[in-house]
Amino acid sequence: MSQPSAPGTRRSKRRSRRAAPEGVHYPRWYWPSFSLPGIVWLLILFVLPLYTVVSIAFGTVDPILRGPLPVYQPWYWSTEQFGETLGKVFGIFGPVYVHTFEYVIVASAICLVLGYTVAYYVARYGGRHKGLLLVLLISPFWISYLMRMLAWINLLDNDGYINRFLMFVNVVDHPVGWLEGRPFTVVMGLVYGYIPYMILPLYGFLDRIDVSLLESGRDLGGSPFSTFWRVTLPLSKPGILAGLIIVSLPMFGDYFTNNLLSGSPRTTMIGNLIDEAFSTTGQGAEMASLVLILMVLLIVPMLYYLRSTRRTAEAR
Amino acid sequence: MTQETIARPAPAKPAVVTAPRRRWWRDPWRKPTILATITWGYLIWSLVPLTIAIAISFNGSRSNSVLHGFSLQWWWSDPDDSLWHDPELHAALFQSLRLGILTVLIAVPLGVSFALGIDRWHKRPATAATFLMLLSFVMPEIILGISLFLVFQHLLKFVELGTTAQILGLVTYQVSYPVIIVRARLLTIGREYEEAASDLGAPPRQAIRRVLLPLLYPAIFASAALVFADTIDDFVTVKYLSGPATSEPLSVKIYNFSRAEPTPAVNAAATFLLVTTTLAIVIGYLAYRRATRGQRTGGVSEFANV
Repeated sequence: MSQPSAPGTRRSKRRSRRAAPEGVHYPRWYWPSFSLPGIVWLLILFVLPLYTVVSIAFGTVDPILRGPLPVYQPWYWSTEQFGETLGKVFGIFGPVYVHTFEYVIVASAICLVLGYTVAYYVARYGGRHKGLLLVLLISPFWISYLMRMLAWINLLDNDGYINRFLMFVNVVDHPVGWLEGRPFTVVMGLVYGYIPYMILPLYGFLDRIDVSLLESGRDLGGSPFSTFWRVTLPLSKPGILAGLIIVSLPMFGDYFTNNLLSGSPRTTMIGNLIDEAFSTTGQGAEMASLVLILMVLLIVPMLYYLRSTRRTAEAR
Repeated sequence: MTQETIARPAPAKPAVVTAPRRRWWRDPWRKPTILATITWGYLIWSLVPLTIAIAISFNGSRSNSVLHGFSLQWWWSDPDDSLWHDPELHAALFQSLRLGILTVLIAVPLGVSFALGIDRWHKRPATAATFLMLLSFVMPEIILGISLFLVFQHLLKFVELGTTAQILGLVTYQVSYPVIIVRARLLTIGREYEEAASDLGAPPRQAIRRVLLPLLYPAIFASAALVFADTIDDFVTVKYLSGPATSEPLSVKIYNFSRAEPTPAVNAAATFLLVTTTLAIVIGYLAYRRATRGQRTGGVSEFANV
């Protein structure tokens, strides 16, 4: 802090890394003590709960009441409960896992195509409306997810405006039961619910692309399509990957969209299995095992996302 | 591509004489009609359902799907079923506000202090702590909610399900917002101001309180607004951690009612949440603008990106 340094290196990472702990004014424990409450909080209320899940999944159950008896010492873990649930995953729960993946993949793909188009338009052609467009695009972030689903429940009701319109233009002659367990409605709900999370990172990357790069692509003889394919798309690839992960992670854990817009066992997703186990007594061990399986399924995308955000943060 | 005004020769083609008229989709300066249509179509699809849902909260009839004139009965005038007079919804409304305010009061200081410490403590434990924090941010909420429920059931039994458990859970889920926002802000302001303060003789505590903290106000306001809005809307963590029905906030009530016995009062409740969160965001944005007076910022887009 007190050593002089060349202006060019003032903000360089190396310098701050060296200067912080050795700073004259700050004792060694000074800055760590700022993070301490947060670290303790996370250890008790994030790490410990996750460990409890594992302890219950690999624990035993009360033989009479079927309540879970967690086992906290790894050397006493039993795979009986977890194995039983895993057997179900490859047995009767199999279809649930399959169509969860189907819904999530289809919904994320729609989010990507639609979100990319919208983000591209706003970033490149937003012009003087850019501010307004951005506000409209981010407004779903603070509009409750419930409110947005409720809106569709109202619209898709048997008596709702969608059915009235379809009957008015004679596409159908009796109300369509949109809310009675249709994969179409569930996927639409997922897209509607999570697409804002796709648009923002994409917008961030597309907005940063220098227009002169695209112009040089055109000057070098590229068609609009090949300029897009070979310049814009590669430059926005990190945004695409980040967006895909950030929309698909919550979709995998989603149970409410399904409950609100379908509620039928035909469209059950992984989240619904967990939620149903929560409201049934004696399913504690199964619930913990299902949560653990979900965590294992999602750990790779989560780690990938964390690594890529750290990289972009460093690159900035 | 928006530079229509710049005079630029059309891409020269060797065989100019026989060149066919340029087809419209080859014209690099044409208006992006298709993109514009899709974007405005998307915005209509995304916002019109909401306006209808808001309108239904003022419905003159019991119907939840068709409008029959205007009334305030679902907000106020109906003595039994309105948002204000239904005892369950009335209590839930205050529970929502209580959870929102308490979560902000705990999560924001916790997160700001964590971010400050992490930003200057470049050791392995700091990296690990940051990793944990971000992991809690991307973890699907159902995993966090269920695992907190299980820990309060089996290990930390002294925490009763209800307001306390809900706040502990919400803070855990929300604390990463202030951390991320404040860290980004710390990176952009750098160390100069603080160094100047200590060169002028300010002890560390003063340098932080009188120089660094004011510089962090924009980030603090933005994160407080976001945390409040997100907490009010949360119904996953909160539902798993609620004890008796009286501890369920408005969001959980809406979730429970919306397929079971919906009246326009449910829409009124959702609209109330919408208005509250919008107010929080607007106040947060104004405070952010005030705190960044005289600094070069991107305005809305920067507030959006924080």
